[in-house]
Amino acid sequence: MGLFILRRLGVMILTALCLTFIVFYLTNLYPNLEKLAKTQGNFRMSDEAVQSWLGARGYMEPLPVKYGEWLGVLPGYVNEADDGKITGRCIAVNMAPEDAPTFCGVIQGYWGNSTVFKDSVWNIVSKRLGLTGWLMLAVMMVMVPGALILGVLAGMREGSKLDRTLSTVSIASTATPEYVSGVIFIALFASSAVGLKWFKGTATSAMDDITWVNFTLPVITIALYGMGYIARMTRASMTEVMTAQYIRTARLKGVSFPNIVLKHALRNALIAPFTVIMLQIPWLLNGVVIVETLFNYKGFGWTLVQAASNNDIELLLGVSVVSVFVVLLTQLISDIGYVYLNPRIRIS
Amino acid sequence: MEPLTWGEIALRVISQFTPVWIALIATFYLSIRFKRKLGLYGKLFDSTIGMIGFAIVMFWFFTAVFSGFFDMIATHDPLGQISGMKNKVPGTALRSPDEGEYAYYLFGGDNLARDVFSRMVLGSGIVMMIAPLATVFAFMVGITLGLPAGFYGGRLDTLLSFLANLILAFPVILLFYLLVTPEIVASGIPNYMAAFLFIFPLIFAGVLLNSRYRIQPAKNVPLLAGVLGVLGLLYLSTISAEGTPINFWPTSLDLYDIPSGILVVFVSVVFVNSPTVFRIVRGLAMDIKTRDYVAAAQTRGEGPWYIMLWEILPNARGPLIVDFCLRIGYTTILLGTLGFFGLGLPPESPDWGSTINDGRKLLSIYPHPALPPALALLSLVLGLNLLADGLREESLRD
Amino acid sequence: MSKLGEYDGPVLEIDKLSISFFTRLREIPAVMDFSVAVQPGEAVGLVGESGCGKSTVALGVMQDLGVNGRVVGGTIKFKGRDLAEMSKEELRDIRGNEIAMIYQEPMASLNPAMKIGKQLMEVPMIHEGVSKEEAYARALEVVTDVKLPDPERMLNSFPHQLSGGQQQRIVIALALMSKPSLLILDEPTTALDVTVEAAVVELVRDLGKKYGTSMLFISHNLGLILETCDRLCVMYSGEAVERGSIEDVFDEMRHPYTQALFRSIPLPGADKNARPLVAIPGNFPLPHERPPGCNFGPRCDYYMEGRCDEGYIPMEPIEGNDRHVSRCLRFTEIDWDAPIELGEQTEKAKPGKVVLKMDHLKKYYEVAANALFGGGDKKVVKANETLSFEARESETLAIVGESGCGKSTFAKVLMGLETATDGKIYLGDEEIQDVPIENRSTQTISSVQMVFQNPFDTLNPSMTVGRQIIRALEIFGVGANDTERKQRMLKLLDLVKLPRAFADRMPRQLSGGQKQRVGIARAFAGDARIVVADEPVSALDVSVQAAVTDLLMEIQRENKTTLLFISHDLSIVRYLSDRVMVMYLGHVVELGTTDQVFAPPYHPYTEALLSAVPIADTSIEKKHIVLEGDIPSAMNPPSGCPFQTRCRWKDKVAGGLCDTQLPPVRTLGGKHQIKCHLSDEELAGMEPVIKVAAE
Repeated sequence: MGLFILRRLGVMILTALCLTFIVFYLTNLYPNLEKLAKTQGNFRMSDEAVQSWLGARGYMEPLPVKYGEWLGVLPGYVNEADDGKITGRCIAVNMAPEDAPTFCGVIQGYWGNSTVFKDSVWNIVSKRLGLTGWLMLAVMMVMVPGALILGVLAGMREGSKLDRTLSTVSIASTATPEYVSGVIFIALFASSAVGLKWFKGTATSAMDDITWVNFTLPVITIALYGMGYIARMTRASMTEVMTAQYIRTARLKGVSFPNIVLKHALRNALIAPFTVIMLQIPWLLNGVVIVETLFNYKGFGWTLVQAASNNDIELLLGVSVVSVFVVLLTQLISDIGYVYLNPRIRIS
Repeated sequence: MEPLTWGEIALRVISQFTPVWIALIATFYLSIRFKRKLGLYGKLFDSTIGMIGFAIVMFWFFTAVFSGFFDMIATHDPLGQISGMKNKVPGTALRSPDEGEYAYYLFGGDNLARDVFSRMVLGSGIVMMIAPLATVFAFMVGITLGLPAGFYGGRLDTLLSFLANLILAFPVILLFYLLVTPEIVASGIPNYMAAFLFIFPLIFAGVLLNSRYRIQPAKNVPLLAGVLGVLGLLYLSTISAEGTPINFWPTSLDLYDIPSGILVVFVSVVFVNSPTVFRIVRGLAMDIKTRDYVAAAQTRGEGPWYIMLWEILPNARGPLIVDFCLRIGYTTILLGTLGFFGLGLPPESPDWGSTINDGRKLLSIYPHPALPPALALLSLVLGLNLLADGLREESLRD
Repeated sequence: MSKLGEYDGPVLEIDKLSISFFTRLREIPAVMDFSVAVQPGEAVGLVGESGCGKSTVALGVMQDLGVNGRVVGGTIKFKGRDLAEMSKEELRDIRGNEIAMIYQEPMASLNPAMKIGKQLMEVPMIHEGVSKEEAYARALEVVTDVKLPDPERMLNSFPHQLSGGQQQRIVIALALMSKPSLLILDEPTTALDVTVEAAVVELVRDLGKKYGTSMLFISHNLGLILETCDRLCVMYSGEAVERGSIEDVFDEMRHPYTQALFRSIPLPGADKNARPLVAIPGNFPLPHERPPGCNFGPRCDYYMEGRCDEGYIPMEPIEGNDRHVSRCLRFTEIDWDAPIELGEQTEKAKPGKVVLKMDHLKKYYEVAANALFGGGDKKVVKANETLSFEARESETLAIVGESGCGKSTFAKVLMGLETATDGKIYLGDEEIQDVPIENRSTQTISSVQMVFQNPFDTLNPSMTVGRQIIRALEIFGVGANDTERKQRMLKLLDLVKLPRAFADRMPRQLSGGQKQRVGIARAFAGDARIVVADEPVSALDVSVQAAVTDLLMEIQRENKTTLLFISHDLSIVRYLSDRVMVMYLGHVVELGTTDQVFAPPYHPYTEALLSAVPIADTSIEKKHIVLEGDIPSAMNPPSGCPFQTRCRWKDKVAGGLCDTQLPPVRTLGGKHQIKCHLSDEELAGMEPVIKVAAE
């Protein structure tokens, strides 16, 4: 088991390196840098001016070197200007060049600064992540129990009326992406024109104070889309288990139906959905981005959109690192959980 | 003129769709009539869920065909703005309709005074064009790579699976933002990716035919030359376009150019979908390769590609067809997501995602411009999901 | 909760039971007019081919027919009470408490995520409301009863930690937990190896006596029924056709189907040349295509038009026998003692020159010790150890062994799907042990072909039969163009006695036996010189087995093919092979002509194997040898002699030689080879396992 986790961790780090490198490469393409130079400097810069502006900030170095610096395994870029002023990647604005550390990258905890928010990436990401954390927590609390109950109820008697109804409900919910359900919900429950005005169409105020009125719609919107998928997985797994021989054995042993479902079927039926739930988290990230944009809740997803659309390179990289790690971590948990839940693999 | 009541709107909308209804009824009549001779497709008509799903999908398909090719159904130009119609509620009459012009905005006007109904109808064309085609390409890539990964296993499998997981670990929206922004488009990366992804159908077709006919060179050579010739021409015409980094193919032979916006969207959707298809195909191949008929093929000395493409693939078709339907739905959602963030397609495009994006800004005050495309998208994806469910159920049965 | 009150009559009484399954298209009758009674302490066998409805009867008794199945007529009475009239609660009280059931797949019958102890304890806790401690004590007792080693550890294990034989014992324990009055066994040993099967059958028989349980034993194997039951009921196509005591039915059968069934199974004394098997002509009718009148009519030798195909045929008692009934209009008219009309008798083919020679062939695999977590130590699996033998033209060499003996690995190496670790394989005078299939010439490939075990898996389900044969012809380079190949394909269909119209059919439209014929046609497409048949008939029904076996023999005779017949079924091996090679855990333990191997002296394993195979003949007396334990894993073979862990002769060898040393190969005369430490005297003193009792 220990070796297994170690191997998984190894693969995880390799994946993270590959992914961040890709993001790094794409964000550091010349057209992006050119845009950066022009937005930061001056929109009417000549091509040479752009070159020198970028050169002075270390952007013109070869890509692997830049990536190494960003990671913190290569010494930070140092530039001595014509006037003798030394600037560098690791030299903060009011710092003497001598005091600056040689390495300053992600490993050292230096994530750079956002050009849009004028703050350190670390601060932004941690703050926004906290906001999104609340959203995710609420979503998970609604989605997971809802989906499991839906799936188990539908799957325990395949082909019954209950099954047909619940299955159709879950199909409908997987067919409703967040931007559709969000729009419908806002129109129904929050619109001033026709709506019931039960809830608010924006969640901006929830950033300070989460209430029933401002948080319900975003949570339901995200939960709904994922719920159908997990419920269908649970149902499939449950119907498969319910037709298994050992369920028949239990039935012919005289076990009552509720006990068959709870004692014999449930544990076996939950192995597959567990993996799905964990793998659902990266997918939720998508939903979070859409919903935070739609409801104007300034969390992690909103930050991603801002960073990406404003070409805020350092922030975008920070956001990528975090989301890639979230994804990989959930994969790891899902693997370990799968092994733990399944005695066939655990004890072998 | 008086605005229409809700009942009148409904009646007029239904009558606008007349050609679609006729086509639908004809399709269903013929299919049910001959359902015992039509294999899995015919069996679909034994399942209520499947039929409902199929009806919805075909509704949008016919809508796309009639509005796109025959200029039917839509009442106005999707891009045309008519003064005084800005944000007007459904059923509002035009102030001064010209001769022959439809006198109402059935679903009202959007914030640029365009007809919401016509935009919704024409939006179906964009989805119906990109989503199935992109899914086909994703399947080509997924199959061509997934079969050897599952069949051979070992290092090749480890490598390909690692790459697939790499793409899957990427948050989709981040990937879209990275691929579809104008700066990256300018760098030509999407064109290189297109050149890479679009070669897979050629590989697939070539290997498919060669593995089958390699022992009969007299048949094999002309067949391969013909098929690869046609596909090659299409391929080169697709990837080579003026104003992009890949522009080497003489214009006289270049059959068509694809608008760069559409190409970018297409490429990114294919790119995102391929790894999932890869994983499914790989799993199926690993399962099917243990069957005796695969061993039988091996013992009579068949090449690996023959076994993969002619012994394994046809027997994996059931789950793949089901996934194909689901994946078109998922692709539709992805296209909507792209539109929702204003990525890729031109902003005035009537595709559903962009329209929802336009409409959402004033959603609390004027919900009507965003709702029709949202419901349209919902119904199409729902239809595809129901269709997949019906197919799955029927293919499992006897 | 108590059991039902005492009742004097039969434990189970099924009267004119009819069960149907309802599909969208039609009602499919699965069981019709079926009656049987099980007296207290009696074991009743239910025998028939797949699809005859025997399992449906069992499920009907359990009242567990699923959504589509329904009892449409007749009654099932348990201790005098009609099960159909019971409420759900009453039924639940009876299930597992009064009636218990054992199925075919032991692994699938146990909950993989629940410890065995808990699954066992559940039974008395539900039905008798006993405490946990008492339930545990009971579980321990029953597990000891089913002769499992280390019962406490067993109770604390998960099902996957046990071997197949142990799992089936647990399933039996599960059924016995509440000391039921009736035990239903549905093909309980089909998934097990022969030697393990023998031990399980013995256990069931002993426990049935000990607990006084009545049994309904469902099987397709007449030999097994003979060994376990007092009475039997033969089913054909949803109906009971003959019912009576074992002796009556086996020795004085009064239904043509029963007779035909016995004539199509190889009993000792059958011989492929002098006394060939008589296959039942035609095919089993599909449930919705049953003929009018007698279901067996169209395949029956005694069929009379105008009588057998009209109206309902009742079960009639046979005078003079105890409760012996038959569903045949003509059973009083048929001369049951008429000698079997002998089929075509053939000359024993003369073996020609050596076409295949194996010389000290070895095949080792390296596998990771822990598949999931990877890495760690690698283990070497010795799948084949020093295999040496020759096979001649027109000869049938049988390779006998149970799971893990390495017979499939050997086939793979021969076919070129794997390469040998060491040793030589000569095909003619060509060395092929190191040539993987992609480097072999078309000539070599087409001359060594294979017939596979599972008929449902051997044909590509999405290609027509004709197309598959043509493909084989194409790849073997037979025929100059498509027309010639098509002709050749049709000829091949003729050869395997299939109608030419089958060329356009999809495999799913064919029955198991027909598919196996197509498989044979495909193997002979390139005029194979050597055909490896990997259990080609074991998955087929008894009546079809004979036809397919005879077909294989016939083609072999005509083409002078060398047939390597891999099987675990000694009856069929004895029937058709010229020489036999017995394998155990990768070793050849015995090799000789059929007569040599089937007569003493035996290798101890061969002896046990012979004793384990059930024989459907009341005149046969068998020595009773039951092997302890399971076959060791090939990953972790025992030291010394591979068979030493289960050998009953081990203590006859001095100095514990068996534990430490691999026995040498000894030649006993007439090229009869045995790998055993036993002295010549001990070997010479062995008694035959199978004796035909004096008439």
